[in-house]
Amino acid sequence: MIQFILLFSRQGKLRLQKWYTAQTDKSKKKITRELVATILARKPKMSSFLEWKELKVVYKRYASLYFCCGIEQEDNELLTLETIHRYVELLDKYFGSVCELDIIFNFEKAYFMFDEFILGGEIQETSKKAVLKAINDQDVIQEEELEEKRSVLEDLGLA
Amino acid sequence: MPNMRGDGMRGLAVFISDIRNCKSREAELRRINKELTNIRQRFRTDKTLDGYQKKKYVCKLLFIFLLGHDIDFGYMEAVNLLSSNKYTEKQIGYLFISVIMNNSTEMKQLIIQNIRNDLQSRNPIFINLALQCVANIGEKEMATAFTNDIPRLLISGDTIDPVKQSAALCLLRLHRTSSDALQMNTEWTGRIIHLLNDQHLGVATAAVSLIEALVKRNPEEYKGCVNLAVSRLSRIVTSSYTDFQDYTYYFVPAPWLCVKLLRVLQNYPPPDDPSIRSRLNECLDTILNKAQEPLKSKKVQHSNARNAVLFEAINLIIHMDCESTLLVRACNQLGQFLQNRETNLRYLALESMCLLATSEFSHDAVKKHQETSERDVSVRQRAVDLLYAMCDRSNAQDIVQEMLTYLETADYTIREEMVLKIAILGEKYAIDYKWYLDIMLKLIRIAGDFVSEEVIYDRAEKGKVWYRVIQVVVNRSDVQSYGAKIAFEALQALACHENMVKVTGYILGEYGNLIALDPRSIPMIQFELLHSKYHLCSPTTRCLLLSTYMKFVNLFPEIKQHIQEVLRHESNFRSSDVEIQQRSIEYLKLSEVCTPTVLATVLEVMPPYPEKVSPLLVRLKQKKPLMDGSLSGAGGDESTAAVDGLNHESTHTETHKTNEQLTSSHAINLNQHTVQQQQQNGLLVSLDNESSTDENNYSLASILSNSSAPITSNNFYKQSSLDQQQSSFYPKPNSVPSTLGSKKLLFKTSDVIFENDLLQIGAKLETQKNICRCELYFGNKTDINMTSFSPSLALTGELIQQAFILELRVDAEQIKSTIEPKTQTKQMLTIECLKEFRDIPKMNLSFFYSNVPQKLEFSFPLYINKFIEKVEMDSNNFFLRWKNLDKPGQECQKIFSAKNPIDHEDCSQKLIGFGWSNLVGIDVNTENFCGAGILHTTGQQIGCLYRLEPNKQTKMYRLSVRASKDTVATRLTELLEDQF
Repeated sequence: MIQFILLFSRQGKLRLQKWYTAQTDKSKKKITRELVATILARKPKMSSFLEWKELKVVYKRYASLYFCCGIEQEDNELLTLETIHRYVELLDKYFGSVCELDIIFNFEKAYFMFDEFILGGEIQETSKKAVLKAINDQDVIQEEELEEKRSVLEDLGLA
Repeated sequence: MPNMRGDGMRGLAVFISDIRNCKSREAELRRINKELTNIRQRFRTDKTLDGYQKKKYVCKLLFIFLLGHDIDFGYMEAVNLLSSNKYTEKQIGYLFISVIMNNSTEMKQLIIQNIRNDLQSRNPIFINLALQCVANIGEKEMATAFTNDIPRLLISGDTIDPVKQSAALCLLRLHRTSSDALQMNTEWTGRIIHLLNDQHLGVATAAVSLIEALVKRNPEEYKGCVNLAVSRLSRIVTSSYTDFQDYTYYFVPAPWLCVKLLRVLQNYPPPDDPSIRSRLNECLDTILNKAQEPLKSKKVQHSNARNAVLFEAINLIIHMDCESTLLVRACNQLGQFLQNRETNLRYLALESMCLLATSEFSHDAVKKHQETSERDVSVRQRAVDLLYAMCDRSNAQDIVQEMLTYLETADYTIREEMVLKIAILGEKYAIDYKWYLDIMLKLIRIAGDFVSEEVIYDRAEKGKVWYRVIQVVVNRSDVQSYGAKIAFEALQALACHENMVKVTGYILGEYGNLIALDPRSIPMIQFELLHSKYHLCSPTTRCLLLSTYMKFVNLFPEIKQHIQEVLRHESNFRSSDVEIQQRSIEYLKLSEVCTPTVLATVLEVMPPYPEKVSPLLVRLKQKKPLMDGSLSGAGGDESTAAVDGLNHESTHTETHKTNEQLTSSHAINLNQHTVQQQQQNGLLVSLDNESSTDENNYSLASILSNSSAPITSNNFYKQSSLDQQQSSFYPKPNSVPSTLGSKKLLFKTSDVIFENDLLQIGAKLETQKNICRCELYFGNKTDINMTSFSPSLALTGELIQQAFILELRVDAEQIKSTIEPKTQTKQMLTIECLKEFRDIPKMNLSFFYSNVPQKLEFSFPLYINKFIEKVEMDSNNFFLRWKNLDKPGQECQKIFSAKNPIDHEDCSQKLIGFGWSNLVGIDVNTENFCGAGILHTTGQQIGCLYRLEPNKQTKMYRLSVRASKDTVATRLTELLEDQF
């Protein structure tokens, strides 16, 4: 089971965090701080896996962003690496060559994407099409609701 | 402005841009505070806020939270959004609760009510939002509230697939966090299992995670999933990747589902049904075959996904541990990975290899790969580490042999460490001395350089391996002739390290006679063999050999002439080396003038070394870990003693002098001991004072250290006596009888575990499976700050017996070093039970109280029973299991007299407090108690059953405990026998 996923920049700024086990804010901050420091200190050729406390940590860097997953002892490291990759692909497809800024400005979308892809720390849907369809459906509803709002305002002569 | 999707809340985007444009941290903080003030005011005063505005502000709060700031308002507005009928508003409301409020108790009922409404919605997209929220928060109240709704959604025929997926994982989360609140109806079992067969791969993927968790909880109930998992797996691995459309990931069909299926199967023994078993073997075979096919893509994603499945298949093969062909194939595959360019693969291969090595079938196969040369030294280091780490009593001989073989070809940079590790393992797991000697001589043969001077044991022990070898031989009469034999054989090699010459020279000089009857090693041959090396050796070794020759004169009078010739030889008799010359002259004279009786006395066999001589030897007997390094100071001197005595001293006084040297060098050692002893005595004295008031008389629980108290470091010693004078200004903490923590937490989960005039320490434990979370509260009872406060939990006795296989792993939170007067500070500890343990940890505490260093040490009352989880079962089950645990060692029975009046309720509470269940109605005699529990350790789960029979007439109890692992029953009985 995935315990948490952290996205942080090369400068060590946390961009997104998703926790799948209950943690206090204090311990979240502590874990993040320690892991960011550990991973940034590693050399590029080193393996993507490390033992950390009772967890295994799998990470990979995409451009300026590090994606990092804390998993349990019996979890599969290589597959976690591909879980990260699939998430990157999803973001990429949705935003159209995703960059760090997309995630900063649309953090809520990145969260919604997580909930469609991974739930409770386990993979929910591995099909790229299915996940993107769910997100696009959300966007369609959003558009409709926006339309509705505009037309109400128009009716009132406010728009 | 970057890409904005959807309705793009403009205000939010502007705010984010503003923050990003801030030049300094202060500017950012100002901007945030301004925004927070604004939002707070809007929320408070503006009653006309519409949903969109609320959503926008809540989103801003979320962003501020993600920047690392605390958010303490807006909760109500977020919860309001939940009841909006607009999806986007609802969604942001749920997001806010999931991210920010996930462990707050506020408005819980309101949230649950909203979730309930959405779960009952006709719109699946609303249902999913609610499910995702429950899965993200996953708390007990929700488990209780939705214990019916969620499973119903999962198994109902008219639920659409995405909702099923969410429901499965939502249920999984609730099961993990609060399985006791969740009532899983057994009627659902069959339908849940059948989700494995669902034609939608997404549903199957989500369901298999849930099933794995349920299987772990109740393997028997979910046994049916084995067949389904095997057939699903088989369908995937035998199909073409084109059959799965979007579920194929870089040419690998459904890797996530495959891995999960393989995981589920690791919870069961190999299937009994031959057809299923052969189908499973085919699957595993196919996966192994696919690994040999050429890659379908150069992308790393392809090979990663393929290998992810492969590694999981190998895990299953290792788990089943019965198909030797598969095991060997798996092992060869891992061997291939060891040579792979990818660091990741080498890393994982070593990890799996380690698992494999524990399997009977594959041990040989693993061996083959130990010699593989690893390009990356750090990974190679890991290989050695793994070998070393997986060594235990059962495989030590193989592993040490293995490492010796590897050592021959090992890289020079890791040889030194390998030699050290082999020496440690050899000693730690020595079963008999012959084996130990074999290993050590091999070690000298292979890596003589590293065995010699200060290289080995450089920090911990400046001992030399070859001295130890000699000491073992001298002290053990039963291995003397064996030692002589193998040393003699070892020296026959063409090239021989000088250390080997030394060892053999010394041993033959003492015990050459024991092998002289063998025609292959008659005296003359022994002598010639040694002498053939003589000219190649350094002067020190030659000196040693001259002494050996002299000993031969006594042992073998028939070759006296040859020896005298050597002694008389120019190069010795007139050697430029004074020592050689002196020895030659004196030995020659000795051999000429003395009668055989005098010779026999002078050249008598060396007496055994005093037992304390060699820390290595001492440890060899005690089988204790080597690395505690307390003898480092004395090591150097000591090492010159054993054999160098032979070099320096001549004739008459030789034996004597050697002994003298020995004693003197050990005096240093001894002195050290004495110092320690005294310090320890100090401890004991202060303890003795206290234990008179100790009611329980169990163990040394606490020592209050005042100025006269134990301070382990000598430097400290002086300092404290200085400080003592100052301290008289303050109320002196006399040795107050401390509350003793003996068996304190045996039945309870929280208690005061230590108290004296200065300090009170409370502990609160919460255990889940093999993990115990412990909160410690340190309370300063005084009116003065305690500074440099540093508590630590140390493992003692058996807990570190096997130095590298710990029984407990403790992870302690850092705490602030000062405790203010009359306040408490809290420390969180996470203690993992790796193996069942016997000795309890020790708490060491040091701090300064009015500049006086204080040191406390007391037993931390964490007993093995804290890792017991109670198990309920019916009487059939109970007696079946009871009968199955009938091997010797699995049962322990004690009869003891009652300390308190026998009270049924009291017993029952104690037994429940102890951790296991108190099953009513199992035993026909209602006065008796029965129950069961599982002892969780990282490595295994140990089933425990007990029966307690009180006898009111005799005021006695009979306690019988059975456990699936040796020694556990005994330990549990010991814990309880004085408690009733």
